[in-house]
Amino acid sequence: MPPSISPVELRTSPHVRTTQSVELIMRNVVYALLPISTWAIWQFGLSALALILTVTATCVATERFFNWMADRPSTLSDWSATITGLLLALTLPPGFPLWMAVVAGFVGIALGKALFGGLGFNVFNPALVGRAFVQAAFPVSITSWTPAFAPGRFTEFIPTTFTAPFTIPPDLGAWVKAAGVDGFTGATPLSLWKFDGVVTSSSDLFTGMSAGSAGETSALLILLCGAYLAVRKMMDWRIPAAVLGGAFATALAFWLWGGEHFPQPLFVLFSGGLMLGAVFMASDMVASPVTPLGIWIYGLFIGFITVIIRYFGGLPEGVMYAILLGNAVSPLIEQVTQPRIYGAKEAKK
Amino acid sequence: MGLLSIFGIKSFAHGVHPPEHKDDTASRPIRRLPFASRFVIPLSQHFGAPAVPLVHVGQEVVRGEPIATADGFVSVPQHAPITGVVEAIQLMPSARGPKVPSIVLRAYDAASQHVLYGAPWDVEQLSPEQLIQGIQETGMVGLGGAGFPTHVKLQVPADWPIDTLVINGCECEPYLTADHRIMLEHTDQLLAGTRLAMRAVGAKRAVIGVEDNKLDAVEAIKRRIRVDDSITVEAVKTKYPQGSEKLLIKALLGREVPSGGFPFQVGVVVNNVGTLAELGTLLPKRQGLVERVVTVAGPGVAKPGNYLIPIGTPLRYILDHVGYSGDARRIILGGPMMGQTVASLDVPITKPVSGVIVLPERAKSGDSERIYPCIKCGACLDACPMHLNPSQLGQLAGKRRYEEMAAHFHLNDCFECGCCSYVCPSNIPLVQYFRIAKSINRERIS
Repeated sequence: MPPSISPVELRTSPHVRTTQSVELIMRNVVYALLPISTWAIWQFGLSALALILTVTATCVATERFFNWMADRPSTLSDWSATITGLLLALTLPPGFPLWMAVVAGFVGIALGKALFGGLGFNVFNPALVGRAFVQAAFPVSITSWTPAFAPGRFTEFIPTTFTAPFTIPPDLGAWVKAAGVDGFTGATPLSLWKFDGVVTSSSDLFTGMSAGSAGETSALLILLCGAYLAVRKMMDWRIPAAVLGGAFATALAFWLWGGEHFPQPLFVLFSGGLMLGAVFMASDMVASPVTPLGIWIYGLFIGFITVIIRYFGGLPEGVMYAILLGNAVSPLIEQVTQPRIYGAKEAKK
Repeated sequence: MGLLSIFGIKSFAHGVHPPEHKDDTASRPIRRLPFASRFVIPLSQHFGAPAVPLVHVGQEVVRGEPIATADGFVSVPQHAPITGVVEAIQLMPSARGPKVPSIVLRAYDAASQHVLYGAPWDVEQLSPEQLIQGIQETGMVGLGGAGFPTHVKLQVPADWPIDTLVINGCECEPYLTADHRIMLEHTDQLLAGTRLAMRAVGAKRAVIGVEDNKLDAVEAIKRRIRVDDSITVEAVKTKYPQGSEKLLIKALLGREVPSGGFPFQVGVVVNNVGTLAELGTLLPKRQGLVERVVTVAGPGVAKPGNYLIPIGTPLRYILDHVGYSGDARRIILGGPMMGQTVASLDVPITKPVSGVIVLPERAKSGDSERIYPCIKCGACLDACPMHLNPSQLGQLAGKRRYEEMAAHFHLNDCFECGCCSYVCPSNIPLVQYFRIAKSINRERIS
């Protein structure tokens, strides 16, 4: 006599499921960000390491704090706070004062995520909320760039890193001169172009041999890490494709129209935070549309706005505001792009 | 179709690819299970009015004899699956949960269990009306799992001409291989049933759609098709839920059944291969449906296979016979994507049950139970074969805005295939929410 079946489990179908889970997806996004973080540390040294650790720790601690405030179980195991921390750190200048980085991390999680109800409910990408806040609060520090591959980067910190809280960071000019990097003007390729009319070569941009935020410099590395996620179906490849396509098309149109006033489209594609933003931030699942047509509209819109801000705005960089704007309109896009269902005459509004 | 047809293999857009698990049973010929000693025949094993008993307690019945008659047109009779005696007519456990009126039979051990009942007739001479009536007398329902009376399906309103009979040999559910074996072993009966059904609905041609993981079945059928038959066999892509009739029509013919409508509105009637194979066997002999092929499989089953099992055989008898291991916790009637778990092993095999799948406890199969909020990854939109927006529907269900779901987000076009719940990385029980929403909406209307 075989053993009796008891108790039986009563469930409704389906009785099988894929192995894909939120925790698995988020953990893999963290994996995908690690090579980029490592490159940032190799390029900018101890200060970048300190920055990444500080911001990530702040984000995780803030998330846990709000769990505790709301009397809910910890949500750290879904890894989303870690992603926010890493992403936020990668968008900041390597020498960004750590106390300001703490502010950015706290604001990102608190205002960008916890306020809305945590993972799944945030309207905006939390990392960009944090960055937008410090962009407004500390406009000088967030545009103080330091040279990549400074000789002493593994033995000393960038002087601004340890600025005491609520004080003005020291001027970097003297330090940069002392660091002995020839020809460094303290500007990113984008600001070089915008304010001085100097165009950095696309191959330098592609491989990451330039100044900029900690994690935005190597387009190649970002693309590879993004491809890993796309292949594992943990990121929607259509979003970065649409953002980059939209930016390229817009830049191409301007370049054909008035070539001498505008940079080459490839420069637009590989400079600044566009690549990091397109691959890792615009593709934030929660704050982007889910409808197939909506995804393309959203991506193209971000690409277009990025170029417009870069060309005609007061700032050299426009990715952050473009994505935040895209996030803001994504519920609207979703509403007007509901899919056409099987058997319907036309899509219902 | 469209883009997909460029690659040569017909299919529909979206859907999922669950692991098939068909190797254990696909190559095993259909075998007869020994007869149980006690049978439970629910009066309602079909969509429509329950049958009305024709027998009384203590009456002796012969295998194949009608023991309950159809109550109106949308109803079918029940036949005695064994030679024996009526032990009781009472409420018995059913797969759905509540007890239902059933006829309980005790088998005579010494009986040969040959079907002696029935009078062969010349089906070639029958008019479509006589065919429809004859089909109702066989007690035939959709054996693919729907349980919809076959004669009702074939009785199409006169103002909708039917040009094509589509025969569903997809069997897209994991584990199930009963239809596969029927196509291989009962090919002639399948084609005979197809010809009868074509005449009953007045269809000029028939297309048998078979998933391309069963190309041997495609070949087997092709070899047996007569020159004067206007029957074709088409391989369609192996993908769940290819066997849903609306999607199979789309894959084979490129037609879309209008939202809320029926296949006959696009000139099509769909039948399952198992149904037509039984019809091809029973109708010429004028016999009733007394047994069916059932796939018994799953990690907990010692002797998986396809078994010819009399209707009314209790699950306990089947499982004792095939053997199962101790951590069998979920007993599923049908396939794992759309089947239902049973609470009691006293539940009998009924006409629509195509499989008995035994799975271990869910926690043991490695699934995390934690439900996360929707992260709007869009996986459900890419899976939904009806192109609904399960993500949005799920959010509305969470807020209990059920009427809005139906009014603006096509809730009633959901046929509950479960693809959304299958792919959801947040473990949100989407299709389960939709079932609740639909039933609450139905209650509100009535």
